[in-house]
Amino acid sequence: MRRSSDCPGCGAPVQFTWSSAVQTSCPFCKAVIVRKDVDLEKVGEVADLPPDASPIQIGSSGTFDNKNFTVIGRIRYEWAQGAWNEWHLMFSDSSSGWLSDAQAEYAVSFLYSAPEAYPPAGDLPRGRVFQISGAQFMVTHLTQVKYVGFQGELPFTTSDRSHFMTADLRTTDARFGTIDYSEEPPVLFLGRFIDFESLKMQGLREYEGW
Amino acid sequence: MVEGNRIPAPAGLHCPNCGGNIELRGFAHTKSAVCLQCCSIIDPSTPQLTILQQFDEKMRVRPVMPLGSRGKWDGTLWEIIGFQQRTIYADGLAYSWHEYLLFNPYRGFRYFTLYNGHWNDVQTVHGLPTFTTSGGKKAVTYNGATCKHFQHAEAETTFVMGEFPWAVRVGERNTVDDYVAAPLMLSSEQSEGEINWSQGTYVDGKAIWQAFQLQGAPPQVTGVYANQPSPYAGKVRSSWNTFLVLSIAWAALLAFFVFTAGDKQVFQKSFRYAEATPGEHSFVTEPFDIPGKGNVEVLIRTDLENNWAYFNLALLREDGAKGYDFGREVSYYSGRDSDGSWSEGGKRESVILPAVDAGRYYLRIEPDMDPQASAKAASGMTMNYQVEVRRDVPRSLLFWLVLPLLIIPPIWTSIVAAAFEGKRWAESDYAPTASEDSDE
Repeated sequence: MRRSSDCPGCGAPVQFTWSSAVQTSCPFCKAVIVRKDVDLEKVGEVADLPPDASPIQIGSSGTFDNKNFTVIGRIRYEWAQGAWNEWHLMFSDSSSGWLSDAQAEYAVSFLYSAPEAYPPAGDLPRGRVFQISGAQFMVTHLTQVKYVGFQGELPFTTSDRSHFMTADLRTTDARFGTIDYSEEPPVLFLGRFIDFESLKMQGLREYEGW
Repeated sequence: MVEGNRIPAPAGLHCPNCGGNIELRGFAHTKSAVCLQCCSIIDPSTPQLTILQQFDEKMRVRPVMPLGSRGKWDGTLWEIIGFQQRTIYADGLAYSWHEYLLFNPYRGFRYFTLYNGHWNDVQTVHGLPTFTTSGGKKAVTYNGATCKHFQHAEAETTFVMGEFPWAVRVGERNTVDDYVAAPLMLSSEQSEGEINWSQGTYVDGKAIWQAFQLQGAPPQVTGVYANQPSPYAGKVRSSWNTFLVLSIAWAALLAFFVFTAGDKQVFQKSFRYAEATPGEHSFVTEPFDIPGKGNVEVLIRTDLENNWAYFNLALLREDGAKGYDFGREVSYYSGRDSDGSWSEGGKRESVILPAVDAGRYYLRIEPDMDPQASAKAASGMTMNYQVEVRRDVPRSLLFWLVLPLLIIPPIWTSIVAAAFEGKRWAESDYAPTASEDSDE
């Protein structure tokens, strides 16, 4: 379901791979393009992402829980001890998810619409346990996150992002949750850590010497 | 469409302090790289190559796995890109171990740790171990394994080499807790209130040497390590099982012989000894047949009460070809005192002669009693007695003789297994002497 439009910056044709994409960038003039209803709006210019060592790139594909996905976008974040990528996945059934890659530790997560309202990040102690979808999720890390940049198609706009808090939740069986305070009210992502091999990814980057 | 790009091998850099060459292997993951010439830690991700730290070169340690070594481990090719020594201090002594950082661009990072020749293959734990107790000790459960608390310590980084995906510092301290269930070890590291878990698996240095094709032999193993699998694990239980099976088999074998034993009476006769004056009381019985094969039991039953008698006996073949001489003392005393009734000895005795040939035999019997001993007996120096001869009697004595032999291996295995565990825990916070020391 490709949709084509003209770049509000330079008029070049802009294609959306995913029908629900909200933000992308113009491959010619590097305009950040946000879709509002049927119109496209230029909200800035993309900055080049710093070099990183992820084997994943836009266009890579793979399989998760027997569903095929394609990597269509990416957000890069930084925190005190490094940087990581949230790769935006478009699944074969048009749903979307995230594959995070932090120093080659991988996890897949999805937006989870919870009825619960989460306390502000400042009022959330480590060790606090949430009962979510039948499991106990414990707050293990509170992280100050810096938005670095994006690439490709995203389900939301990042134009209002700079610094925000996340709370990392863990279970006893390697599932995890992230309360993301970049939005108001905060949103929850739930997922699990996975072996890279199990994703059977193709179209990866290669490394000289490996 | 896939962009299809290829990431070039990381270019080395020149140390901003001494100009020395620094090789890089970790691509853009590297947050610290060490200049070995001047012992500077550099952040290669910064354009100006920020020097994070300079440390004392006296601290130099030589890694046993050279940086850049590659090997296929657990199905993946890994390269050693970093090395650090970490040290804990206990009772005024420094205990140092090596940590080797393994890297694969698709699979990320992994560690080998080395202490006294003992290796562990360590990976990050993503789930949350749950705290519990096991055998009265603090413990954690993860993935179905319960690991007992072994040691709480403050670990200091005392030397670094190569590259790390974080900002490494010599002198940095972390609180480390180790929990063990051989061959597993769960470790928590706390810094700034956050806990990070990793899981080590005890591995043989030889396997690492083979996988990474290293020169020479791995370092000599000394002592017992926290999560070293016991060579006796499972053997204690199996040795007791073997004991049980052998005992049952042995008992069954004996039962078979007991049930199939002929146990036939071939002679029985009653006699009376009555003699006020000492003298020769020897006599012989009429001959009787001992058929078949096997042992012969000669039983003496008396009516002695608080008295004593001695029997000189001989089983003699009628043709004079063979004879068995033997003697038995019979004594029985009983009474009643402040502790109640008591008795000593027995009114009967028996002799077993193994493997007596078939034939016609007679007994020569020479009973003897002592006037002094009989003085206090109610019946005086007299007794009634009966002599019985039985062919092929079952014996259980052998069973009781063999049983202690069978029980030696399981007891020995249990002792050495316990000794191994003793050595393991002697290195822990729970060593009997160590805790006494710390109480002082």
